[in-house]
Order: sequence, then C-alpha cells, then structure tokens
Amino acid sequence: MSEAVIKTDKLTKRFGDFVATNAISFEVQKGEVFGFLGANGAGKTTAMRMLCGLSIPSSGTATIAGFDVYGQTEKIKKSIGYMSQKFSLYEDLTVMENIRFFGGIYGLTGQQLKNKGNELITKLGLQKEVKKIVGSLPLGWKQKLSFSVAVLHNPKIVFLDEPTGGVDPVTRRQFWDLIYESVENGVTIFITTHYMDEAEYCNRISIMVDGKIEALDTPHNLKEKYKVTSMDDVFYQLARGAKRGE
Amino acid sequence: MKQFITFIKKEFAHVLRDRKTLLILFGMPVVQILIFGFALTNEVQNARIIVMDHSNDAATKQIVAKIGASQYFDVEKTVIKGKQMEAAFKKGKIKLAVIFPANFNTDLLHQNHAQVQVIADASDPNTATTLTNYISTILQDYLSDINQVANVPYRITPQIRMMYNPQLKGAPNFVPGVMALVLMLVCVMMTAVSIVKEKETGTMEILLVSPFKPLLVIVSKAIPYLLLSLINVASILALSVFVLDLPVKGSILLLFAESTLFIITCLTLGIFISVKTNSQQVAMLISLMGMLLPTILFSGFMFPIENMPIPLQVFSNVIPAKWFYIIVKTIMIKGLGFSAIWKESLILSGITLFLLIVSLKSFKIRLT
Amino acid sequence: MRTIKFLLQKEFRQIFRNKSILAMVIFMPVVQLLILPLAANYEVKNINISVIDNDHSSCSQKLISKVTASGYFTLTGYNYSFKQAFQLIEKDEADLVLEIPQGFERNLVRENEQQLFIAVNAINGTKANLGGAYLASIIRDYNSDIRLDLIEAGRFNRQPTATIVSSNWFNPLLNYKLFMVPGILAILVTMIGGFLTALNIVKEKEVGTIEQINVTPIKKHHFILGKLIPFWILGNVVFTLGLLVAWLIYGIVPLGSVLLLYGFISVYLLAVLGFGLLVSTFCDTQQQAMFIMFFFMMVFILMGGLFTSIDSMPEWAKVFTMFNPVSYLIEVMRMIMLKGSGMKDILKQLGTIALFAIVLNSWAILNYKKTS
Repeated sequence: MSEAVIKTDKLTKRFGDFVATNAISFEVQKGEVFGFLGANGAGKTTAMRMLCGLSIPSSGTATIAGFDVYGQTEKIKKSIGYMSQKFSLYEDLTVMENIRFFGGIYGLTGQQLKNKGNELITKLGLQKEVKKIVGSLPLGWKQKLSFSVAVLHNPKIVFLDEPTGGVDPVTRRQFWDLIYESVENGVTIFITTHYMDEAEYCNRISIMVDGKIEALDTPHNLKEKYKVTSMDDVFYQLARGAKRGE
Repeated sequence: MKQFITFIKKEFAHVLRDRKTLLILFGMPVVQILIFGFALTNEVQNARIIVMDHSNDAATKQIVAKIGASQYFDVEKTVIKGKQMEAAFKKGKIKLAVIFPANFNTDLLHQNHAQVQVIADASDPNTATTLTNYISTILQDYLSDINQVANVPYRITPQIRMMYNPQLKGAPNFVPGVMALVLMLVCVMMTAVSIVKEKETGTMEILLVSPFKPLLVIVSKAIPYLLLSLINVASILALSVFVLDLPVKGSILLLFAESTLFIITCLTLGIFISVKTNSQQVAMLISLMGMLLPTILFSGFMFPIENMPIPLQVFSNVIPAKWFYIIVKTIMIKGLGFSAIWKESLILSGITLFLLIVSLKSFKIRLT
Repeated sequence: MRTIKFLLQKEFRQIFRNKSILAMVIFMPVVQLLILPLAANYEVKNINISVIDNDHSSCSQKLISKVTASGYFTLTGYNYSFKQAFQLIEKDEADLVLEIPQGFERNLVRENEQQLFIAVNAINGTKANLGGAYLASIIRDYNSDIRLDLIEAGRFNRQPTATIVSSNWFNPLLNYKLFMVPGILAILVTMIGGFLTALNIVKEKEVGTIEQINVTPIKKHHFILGKLIPFWILGNVVFTLGLLVAWLIYGIVPLGSVLLLYGFISVYLLAVLGFGLLVSTFCDTQQQAMFIMFFFMMVFILMGGLFTSIDSMPEWAKVFTMFNPVSYLIEVMRMIMLKGSGMKDILKQLGTIALFAIVLNSWAILNYKKTS
C-alpha cells in the first residue's frame, strides 16, 4: 500500500477578496506521476507554490512528505525538488558550476558532488559542454539539465511547473524518459503542463477550473466519463465554462 | 503613420504602468528644487567658534560683541590651553578660534597697530576662508566706526549694482542647473534602459521583424519620455515662479522650444548608449554613475568652469548640459532672445545629429 | 555555514565573469576620482572684467593697473561705451564692469570724494559676492595709496589699523583637493555599494532564479549574507583603489589611523549595502531599483555636506541630515584623513552608522522572510 506523499484538505488561498485556490482536496501517492492541469488563471501556480512552501495558505491543511505546510516549510524544502517555467539555472554560470552550486546547497558533500555530478553529465551526454556557460546551451539541454539538478539530492517529490515549453517532440520524449527513470527510483512527480499528450503520460490528473478541482482521475477514466477520445476534449469540456482567463 | 501611433500607445502603457518609477520621475525635480532652494547654500551661518580674549578691554569687548551679534557665528567664550584647542578642532566642534592678545586697545591707540590671531579649521578651505574674511570685515567695520570721528579725506566709494539677481539669491543659479540635470539624467537613462530591456528580453527582435522601420521603433520609445520631460520642465518653472519667486524674464515659448531641443539631444544620447550596450545593468550604470557626477560638475552650475584646468574646460564642451544651462540662464534670468543663444542651440543640434548618425550606423551594423 | 560558501562561490564567479560590471566598478571610480577633484573648486579667480575709463588720468591708469595686477581679474574689455560693456555681460564675456567717471582725479582732489560705478553679473551669487569683495578691497587699498600720495607725510595722524594674523590648521595651503577627494571617494564607494547590491538582487527576481533559491532549504539570512559579503568586499576594493589614487596622484596621506578608516568603512558599507538590499525588496524590476536608488543617492549626496556645508542648512534640513549616512561618512573621512582624529572623536558617528546597518539589514531580512 502506497503512502500519500502529498495530502491536501480544503486548501485555500485568498488575496484580499479574490480566492485564487478554493478549498482543494486531493492526495498523491508515492511513486505517482500526478498531472496538475488547468487553464491559465485557474489557480495552478498558486496551489503549487503552497505545496512547495513558497506561500502560506489562507486556510485548509496540507502535508508534503509528512511535513506541514504551515510550520515546517524548511523541512519540506529539503525533501523536494523544483523546476520552474523559466528553468532557473544561472545562465551566466557553467554546467558544472550550476551542478556544484545547487548540489552543495542541498547538502551534498564534496565527494558526493563529484560523483553525482559526473554521473549526471555522463547520463545527459554533456561531457563536451561541462565548462560551457548555460546560457549558450540549446533549450532542450537546459531543460534536461534543470530537471537533473532538481533531483540531484534525491528528493521525495519533484514539482515541475510547465517544464517542456518550447522544445521539439523528440526532446520532450527524452525529458519524459528522465522523469520515468526518477519514478523508478521512488520519486513522486507533480507536474503541471499545457500539453495534453503529456497528460496521457500521467498516472492520474486533476483539472482545475476557477480555483476548484473539477476532475480528478486517471486519463482513461476521464475520457470514458466525458465520452471523448482525447484528453484535449476532456479539458475542453471542463475548461470552456471557466470564468477566469489570464 | 497609424502604426507609429500604435507603437507610441504601447510605450505609454509601459511607462504609465510603472507607478514607482513614475513617482520618482515627477517627484525628483520637485525634491531637487526644494533642496536647492531651501537647504543648500554657499553662505556660512551659525559657525561654532571660540573667542579667547586676553585683554578684556573696551575695544575687544566691542569687537567680540559685534562677532556675537553676527548671524554667521555662534560664539563660545573660553580660555583654553593650546592642546585642548587642537582636540576641540579634531572633534569637529569648532571651526575657528579668535584670539586677542593682552593690551589690545593700548597697542591700537598708542602704537596705531594691533594684531588679532585667527586660527581656522582649513580642512574645509572654503569655510575657513569665508569665516576668516567675515572676521576681517567685522574688524574693519569696528575700525572705520572709530575712524568716523576723524574726518578722512579723499574717500573713494564704490557703487555696486548687482545685475539680474540683486538679492544674490541662489535660485537664479541653480534652477537652470537643476533643469539641465534632471532632463539629462531622466531622458538618457530611461530611454537607454527601455530599449536595452527589449533587447534583453528578446522582444526587440519581434519588433524588428515586423514591417516597421527600426528607426520608428526606437523613436516611439523616446516619445513618452519627451512628453514626460516637458511636463517636468513645466513643473520646475512653476515651482520656480511660485515657490522660489523667480520669474521667467524672457519668452516662455522659446524656453520650451530650447528645452525640447535639449531633451531630444538627451534622448539621442540614451539611444546611443542603448545601441552600444547589451545589458540593462550596464546601461544603467553608464547613464547614472557615469553621468551623474560629471553632469553636475561640468554643466557649470555648481562650480564655475573657468576655474578648472584647461583640459577639463575643453572637455566640458562635450557635455550637452553645459550648453543648455547657458541657454536657460540667458532666456530665463537675463531675458534675452534667440539672437543671444543661436550659437549654443547650433552646438546642441550638432551634438544631436552626430549622436543620431553614429547610433544609426551602429544599429545597422548589428542587424546585418 | 556550508551554504554560505557555495553562495559566495557562485556570486564571485558571476561578478568576475561579468566583464563590463567589473570594468565599471574599477575603472569608473578611478577616472572620476582623477577628474572630479580637479573640477570641483569654489575658488574664484579668472574673473572677467571690462573697464570703462572716462577720465584717462594717471590716477585712473593706476587703478586699472592695480586691478589687472591683482591676479583675480582678467581684462576682457577696455574703453567700450557703457552699452557695449553691458552687452559683454549679456554675452558672458565679462563678469564685472568698472566705470571710472569723467574728471575722477580732478574731482577727488577738489571735492574730497568720488564714486566708482560697478555692475556685476549676479546670477551666480557667490561669484558675484566674492568678485565684488575682491574689487572693493583692491579699491580700498588703492584709496590708501592715493591718500598717501596726495598728502604730505606726517601732516595728519595715521589712523589706527589692526590686522589679522591667520593660520590655517590641517590644510595650511588651503588645498581644495584635500577637502574634495575624501568626500568624492565617500560618494563613489556609496554609489557602487548601493547600486550593485540593489540591482543584483532585483535581477535574480526578474530572471526567476530567486524562486529557485526560495524553494531550496537555504535560510533567508544565509542568502542575504551571501549577497552582502561579495559586495562588501568589492566596496573595500574600491575604497582601497581610491586611497591609492589619493596618495599617488594627490599626495594625500591619511593623517589618522588607516586601520580606523577601514574600520569605519567596513561598518558603513554594511549600512549602505543594507540600504540597497532594502530597496531591492520593494522593487520588481531592475529599472525601478535603479531609479529609486538613484533618487535617494542624489538626495543623500546633495545634502551630504560635500558641496555645501551642513551647518549652514536650516533646522529641518539638519534633522534630515541625521538620517543621511553619507553625511557621516564624508565627515569622518575628512576628520580622520585631514585632522588625524582618533577613535574617541568618531565614536558617535560610528555608533550611529552601526545602528543604521543593523536596522536596515534587519528590515531587509524581514521583508524577504515574508512569504506571500
């Protein structure tokens, strides 16, 4: 029986009168690939920030890897990895320097850093680029590097915020290979994306509309429920009534 | 043409949305005028000094009274030893010491000559000289008072007429200076940064690929700042007239026309900087740090240019603010017309043209 | 603690890799320190004067020679009509016009008094005042000379005179550069420290790397330290460069303890950097940060006592100056470098700046701690 590494109960975030995230409740099991979908402005990013310990909820509860989002944000941060839309590597540092920095921040020692760093570089095939400035790398490599850096410290959960924007299908496929590899190592993946084909890669997905979770199930079940053949259509059915757009 | 307007509208939206920057854009000239108008002055007042009177006779008592009555000095009468005096200076507590020797009055009357010792803290040479001069004047006043009794022949009296600024107020000097400073800094920096930002974020390429001439794109960036700067000119003039009591003697229209010319010069300078740099940080550092102190110094309103070493005087000719400062003074304070400033206007136009050509050249090179 | 090591490594790598910032931090202060003290000078000399001599007597000639020989004035016009001379003032080719009336010599002897007419371009009040004062004192001297010439010696009692014997302490040659260089150095250190810190953090905000940092277990105060330390070091480097330039080019050697200077600068830098940090917490874009920093810098510099004296300011301005860190630095730099003041003398300023540093940095950390 898998444990729930993410548990939320009526998690809410208000900004003044505006309720960005409206009492969402769900669980994510260990080793799952959980897709967190929604239209622009639906409240995905706000929710994710609460789960990462970046933002304190207005009400409701949530635990990440067993730690409470209100009082134990530091412990949460030690147990998770994060990759944002902007990739957030230092563009003016080299590949190796970025690896060393983020690894070191998470507490990897000199020897560990060396080993893991080399491992990562070999796996990604970046041997020739080790000393290159990240800013000069093509987008696809930056992405893969970002992800690898995010899992460097063996986190329990990795949060991915629209990680595959702007790259070709081959690279996206390779990226998902990396994701599955981590899953095999016991990592839980929490991913938001706009690509509906990627939604199919997930174990379960939730769809947020106007701050609430309107659907939560496996892709297969959702397609059956709404009597459509693609996730695109599922999404369209749910999201077109949305009042909030970006 | 319609597309040009669209661009301008977009640029305005950018500018107006940034409330914090806008606040400073408009607030800065106001604050500067207030500071210069009410806080800064070259006069020395309430300087703390000590007086040591070893004679304590009729003459010294009168002189000391005169010193104490003057607004320039805050007198502490003490008798302290030499070492203590040095310590007092080092602590920064006093700026000047006046020491009357014993038998001052006797020397004055019987030997027709007496001396007063003055020690000044010359780490600030200006204040030291000024304060020493004040003491000297007070002394001379005293002497001429006692000499009134004797009828002195062959008196030559100078009649001095102060032109343009009879009350010797600071405003006529610095208001044109503040105008030049604010316009230059705002226009140069804002334009440079705004253009470089688009380069950095990559949106510049989108604009360049569009069917609009790159020149139009750049000009459209400068236009909002042109208008904002004109508003600043208006507010500076309004403050000057209503708060500082300094009217515009000459033609306001001409003043605005020349201001527009200067603004365009500065905007072009901003464009030039933006063409040469690729990061916002560098653009900002050049515009601000590279230009703040030099503009203050070489425009001529803080320190007279004639006092500088020749190479610096020559260099000052390159600073557009110097010419604009002269232009504003001539129109606003002296009340003269275009015939008095055609030369300076020509120079400004020349600088603008030069910057424009160089920028365009560099820009084209980048693109090909 | 380890995290700070990694943070510092990253910061320094970024700084050294950024050639233009580096050049600017090193190059610009040196250049400005070389040029600006030469330009900043309140002495009034080379005053342009135009003389109209309607008398053409030996008396008037004597006066004119005295004026031109004084060294303060440059004769730019001679014997134009008053209208023409006036135009010289309009064109800024003359700062003063001296008119000697017709019959000056004759009337002085006959009527025992005469007047001289002087018109001064008073737009620059200080210059006008001093120029007028110099001319008045030359005329006074000339007056006594003439009096002695016209009167047989001994025929009348010499008036009592008193003179001032003045000594100028700490700067006997009244070298204005001694006064300006420490002040300009203070400003340069402030600008670099403040600007770079503010910009640096806002840039991370703009680019997004700050989010990445926020998700890691890096403690907020470690992050802040990781930002403060490199720029603190840079600030000291700039200061050292400045001291070198002051010594090599201007021959200025601190009279007081160099150690004390560095001690004060170290604390001061913490305050300035803290201020830059604080500003960066309020800004979302580099442009805003720059502009806000610029605004404050400008006010601090203008009211810091570099260009004009703080003692002459009205009360409200003096109160404001108490909150202006730059004024403390300028004051202390001058005190230590030129007067050799010691620790006891600057204790009050040191304490105040230390207080600033604590308050500003704490406030900045507080702002960063707030998760939205």
